[in-house]
Amino acid sequence: MSDSKYFTTTKKGEIYELKADLNSDKKEKKKEAVKKVIASMTIGKDVSSLFPDVVNCMQTDNLELKKLVYLYLMNYAKSQPDMAIMAVNTFVKDCDDTNPLIRALAVRTMGCIRVDKITEYLCEPLRKCLKDEDPYVQKTAAVCVAKLFDINPQLVEDQGFIDQLKDLLTASNPMVVANAVAALSEISEASPSGSALFDLNSQTINKLLTALNECTEWGQIFILDSLANFTPKDEKEAQSICERVTPRLAHANAAVVLSAVKVLMKFMEMMNPTGDYIDTLVKKLSPPLVTLLSAEPEVQYVALRNINLIVQKRADILKHEMKVFFVKYNDPIYVKLEKLDIMIRLASQGNIAQVLAELKEYATEVDVDFVRKSVRAIGRCAIKVEQSAERCVSTLLDLIQTKVNYVVQEAIVVIKDIFRKYPNKYESIIATLCENLDTLDEPEARASMIWIIGEYAERIDNADELLESFVEGFQDENSQVQLQLLTAVVKLFLKRPQNTQELVQSVLTLSTQNSDNPDLRDRGYIYWRLLSTDPAAAKNVVLAEKPLISEETDLIEPTLLDELICYIGSLASVYHKPPSAFVEGRSNTRRALPIRSAGSGSASPEPSTPQKAPETTVIPTTPAPENDLLGDLLNLDLGPTNQQFMSPAPAAPPQQQDSSSFDLLGGGLDSLLDTQAPTQSSPAMVLGGPTPQAAHPPVAAAPPGSLGVLGDIFGVGTASGEFVAPKEVWLEAPKCKGLELKGTFSKKNNNYFMDMSFTNKAMQQMSGFAIQLNKNSFGLVPMSPLNISSPLNANQQIDASLQLVISPTHMQRMDPLMNLQVAIKNNIDVFYFSALIPMYLFCTPDGTMDKRYFLQSWKDIPSQNEAAFVLTNINLTTDAIQEKLAKNNIFTVAKRHVEGQDMLYQSMKLVNNVEILAELKVQPGNPTLNLAIKSKVVDVAASVHHSFLLILHG
Amino acid sequence: MISSLFIINASGDIFMEKHWKSVISRSVCDYFFEAQEKASSNEDVPAVIATPHHYLISIYHKQLYFVAVVQTEVSPLFVIEFLHRIINTFEDYFSDCTETSIKENYVVVYELLEEMLDNGFPLATESNILKELIKPPNILRTAVNMVTGSSNVSDTLPTGQLSNVPWRRSGVKYTNNEAYFDVIEEVDCIIDKMGSTVFAEIQGYVDSSVKLSGMPDLTMSFVNHRLLDDVSFHPCVRYKRWESERVLSFVPPDGNFRLLSYHIGASNLTAIPVYVRPNITIREGSGKFELSIGPKQTMGKLVEDVVVTSDFPKQVLNMSLTPNQGTYSFDPVNKTLRWEVGKINPQKQIPTIKGTISLQSGMPPPEANPAINVQFKIQQLAISGVKVNRLDMYGEKYKPFKGVKYITKAGKFQVRT
Repeated sequence: MSDSKYFTTTKKGEIYELKADLNSDKKEKKKEAVKKVIASMTIGKDVSSLFPDVVNCMQTDNLELKKLVYLYLMNYAKSQPDMAIMAVNTFVKDCDDTNPLIRALAVRTMGCIRVDKITEYLCEPLRKCLKDEDPYVQKTAAVCVAKLFDINPQLVEDQGFIDQLKDLLTASNPMVVANAVAALSEISEASPSGSALFDLNSQTINKLLTALNECTEWGQIFILDSLANFTPKDEKEAQSICERVTPRLAHANAAVVLSAVKVLMKFMEMMNPTGDYIDTLVKKLSPPLVTLLSAEPEVQYVALRNINLIVQKRADILKHEMKVFFVKYNDPIYVKLEKLDIMIRLASQGNIAQVLAELKEYATEVDVDFVRKSVRAIGRCAIKVEQSAERCVSTLLDLIQTKVNYVVQEAIVVIKDIFRKYPNKYESIIATLCENLDTLDEPEARASMIWIIGEYAERIDNADELLESFVEGFQDENSQVQLQLLTAVVKLFLKRPQNTQELVQSVLTLSTQNSDNPDLRDRGYIYWRLLSTDPAAAKNVVLAEKPLISEETDLIEPTLLDELICYIGSLASVYHKPPSAFVEGRSNTRRALPIRSAGSGSASPEPSTPQKAPETTVIPTTPAPENDLLGDLLNLDLGPTNQQFMSPAPAAPPQQQDSSSFDLLGGGLDSLLDTQAPTQSSPAMVLGGPTPQAAHPPVAAAPPGSLGVLGDIFGVGTASGEFVAPKEVWLEAPKCKGLELKGTFSKKNNNYFMDMSFTNKAMQQMSGFAIQLNKNSFGLVPMSPLNISSPLNANQQIDASLQLVISPTHMQRMDPLMNLQVAIKNNIDVFYFSALIPMYLFCTPDGTMDKRYFLQSWKDIPSQNEAAFVLTNINLTTDAIQEKLAKNNIFTVAKRHVEGQDMLYQSMKLVNNVEILAELKVQPGNPTLNLAIKSKVVDVAASVHHSFLLILHG
Repeated sequence: MISSLFIINASGDIFMEKHWKSVISRSVCDYFFEAQEKASSNEDVPAVIATPHHYLISIYHKQLYFVAVVQTEVSPLFVIEFLHRIINTFEDYFSDCTETSIKENYVVVYELLEEMLDNGFPLATESNILKELIKPPNILRTAVNMVTGSSNVSDTLPTGQLSNVPWRRSGVKYTNNEAYFDVIEEVDCIIDKMGSTVFAEIQGYVDSSVKLSGMPDLTMSFVNHRLLDDVSFHPCVRYKRWESERVLSFVPPDGNFRLLSYHIGASNLTAIPVYVRPNITIREGSGKFELSIGPKQTMGKLVEDVVVTSDFPKQVLNMSLTPNQGTYSFDPVNKTLRWEVGKINPQKQIPTIKGTISLQSGMPPPEANPAINVQFKIQQLAISGVKVNRLDMYGEKYKPFKGVKYITKAGKFQVRT
């Protein structure tokens, strides 16, 4: 005879029959009927219409029947509040029963009936039961307070039940203490005033610790959880609590173990991080965590989520336990994924070989999600453990060879990240990646591949064809792919302008005119404007050096991590979010890890403050392009540095463009460069339409600098005979951590250049070069950031030519006048030096003077402005001298032969219209010359002398 | 704390619900069904599911889902442990925990659930206390109750409920006083293609069956307690004594219980008791399968109940094999091969199975070979070398029968091919 008979129904209608049976005189029939009612209730049938009949059965001395009726009442009282009142009398009577079991049952059931009218009657019996002589009744009553609080919090506070609960904390029976703790925690959790209700002091803590050893496992969880909210007054107290909590780590109940782990993790923050005790705790924490992983899969899952937090906080706890996280093929998928995550967190140089072998094994499993994550994990290992990068890359290549579609796609996504971490190291594999281009059908993989093509456009011979094939289906692509494609094409254009104008035009048109996606449109417009106003700036922006990615990107942010450590074992630890982020109606009080007080022991820094990353590699930030940041570091007063990109044109010297270099740009580009197109609001109109050739030839609007850059790209040499001083050593290797820099200044096609040779005389690679100029007398600023893309290997030399333009905002009078202060940065350090710019660079070609004007000026300038110099070691004929100087815009106005000497009267004009007059005395056959210089601006004399020396000696 | 419990069978029927706070509509389970649909197999349903107002924390046990509903920030492990406790209790009461056994005993189930949890707080979860409150059903008692009209619900307060040994009731009496302990060790390991061990560990348990009168106080000591550095105890074990003397000292619960579980990591593990030599080649259209299994380090003990199972990829249609020992079956629906080897007799030839695999034509061959699962049992051996030294009883005068049995089993024993 089993209970399943209660589920059978009869023809007449179930409810009708039950009603009859409930009102029967026979006790046995009554009981059977109540059982049937309960049976219907458990399977979700509505039997609430029987309420009065069931309540009638309540007055009975049969405990089982009573229990069943109580069960029914709890379920349905809410829907029948008026009827429920009928039961109140019986409850109140039962609360005075001699049998503690019945007293407890009554108070317990009353608390579950969520009807206001009943709760009023509950207060008196509850107060009595809280003081009951029997601890069983007491502990039941404690929970009842929490129930009542849920229904009517005000009533609980008014009636003083909370104080009564607090009194129970010091009860002699551990079960009562545990239940009081549980009730108080639930109340303080639900109460708007938060934990104020339940503050622990050292005395109650002692009580709780005693009860901890004796109460049930569930009680231990409640006690441990409230201990975790307590902040000990000093290290010693924390240590003594930990001492008494550690035995809980050996409990069979996983929840007890995890709650104990929480207490220890929290209190460890208060201890001397170098002390022995912390070492002991770290050693003790590892085995119980490992044990949790041999429990049921659900327990494993929660444990793994928590271990994920724990290893981020204290990596040393499980650092030797890598193998327990190896995945078994029949683990549930949610366990597998978590294990993978932790394997990567624990990966280090020492165990990377094992980890990689495992990951490779997983990548051939059946479960697609798991395989994908395994492939990603290989990429993360490469980024985390630098020494393993090469191994990871070759593993990924092996996986790509399997040609399994999703493996290939996933591998390409992670290889992109590897490229971002180790630029210029593994590009040799690009060819292999390109072979798989056709199989990519997922947006992320396509986007990654496009990024790789764009980033390395200069090394992929058919990059333009590849991108073109993508552009053909542009409109069908996912927006992520479209954005990436747009950027990649612009990169390609900036790197290889030949033959790619059409491609860039079509992409810009597609993104700005045929797209509804605002992100895409905006990005398209920005590129378009950049390209049309200032391609050099576009280059700066689009091809800017990207910050390297690091494995830290997937770590939980330290303050959040600290908060989550306080919630170990709870839902927050499973979701890795603070409870305020997801628990309804939760007060926003944040838990924080205790801070080690300064007074306790050594003066080590507080462990809870996250360590600031050393700031040497990444220069702190102003929202300006990267090279400007250096200025900040130098604390040079640079002024609004952006200006050099925004308005270089007005600063440009009024020179005529050398149109030969422009011709190379071809027709497509000049319209692109045309800023004079009709309106500014619609850059879309710039392209395609006929360019108004009227007043302005298109190129005049473009800053001269841009041509220089493009000229550079095309490798246009300068045919001019202008003198270039030999390079001098600006930075000496022994003083500058192995970096040697030689350089000079030159002028080509009326553009100024700083020609430099970087030599790496150190053992290690150098990279990340950048340059910054301080303000100077002629306002020279770099046109573009220093472009040294590949890292400089040991004993390698790279030549770089940095174009300079004159910017009025960058002018400041220097002493000496032509002094230029320069800062060079690389991945190792920042170096400073100053160099003298030869003044002749600034002499204009129209510096020649009328003889009379010269004479007049010479007279007008007071004689104290005259400076005399002696030039030695010049073995040149007068004519040769004249010719050399003339090439550098120092013109001879007149020449006289006096007493066997040649007198040369010379003039020059600087770009700022300062006129300088010079008298050079040459005795044929004598290498010594006399030079007299006169100018209204007296300071130039020394620089002019310097220039003469350079030109005549060169 | 736990608000409600739903028990759901494999076909998705909620056949049992219990609410400890206010009633929560069973429609909340729709979120669970949603997650279940997404999961590729029954085991893969996530243990914690968030819904807009509740959290569903579930465990999967023998084709049944136990889904607990919680509303506040609780410890999910607390809930999971509690759900496992419910299953243990049902197994204890009804000998197994299945849909049939729950339906047949629903009144007891309901009474038990009510007794185990109050307002979401665990109330009485110790089996001996519950058994005093609610008598386990048996045919004889049902018959007696029918005649006498008495019930299986006790009307007195259980004695263990408040003592500081809540796991034991007083006044226990047996005519034969006996205490038996089983030291069970499960070997979890992963062996790679080459036959070398990727990972291995031992999960050990000491399961006890103690039927002793009165309030006996037992001590158990081990020959090599050094091995036991990662242990979890039943609450009855006095931790202090273990810490200082490495002796298990306890007042045992009455009946069956797990006294101790321990974990021995890779560093202490000396031997893997069996070796497996698989040789699987799968090409397009057909494949070959050969596998042999033999004893390795078994200290001269017999390896018994050997079963080899393997899940093949979906391309495999059938297998035609010949074992030289035991029987095999291949389930073409689940693609599972199961070879029941039986005993391995070291004197006889090594158990081997070989034959061909037929594959669906036109399908590409699978990327990887299937992993192989091995089960076995070795009596009278604890592979780690753990050994009970002494078992003593204090507090009672009689002389009990004592016995310790050792057994080594395969846990998650996997061979990659």
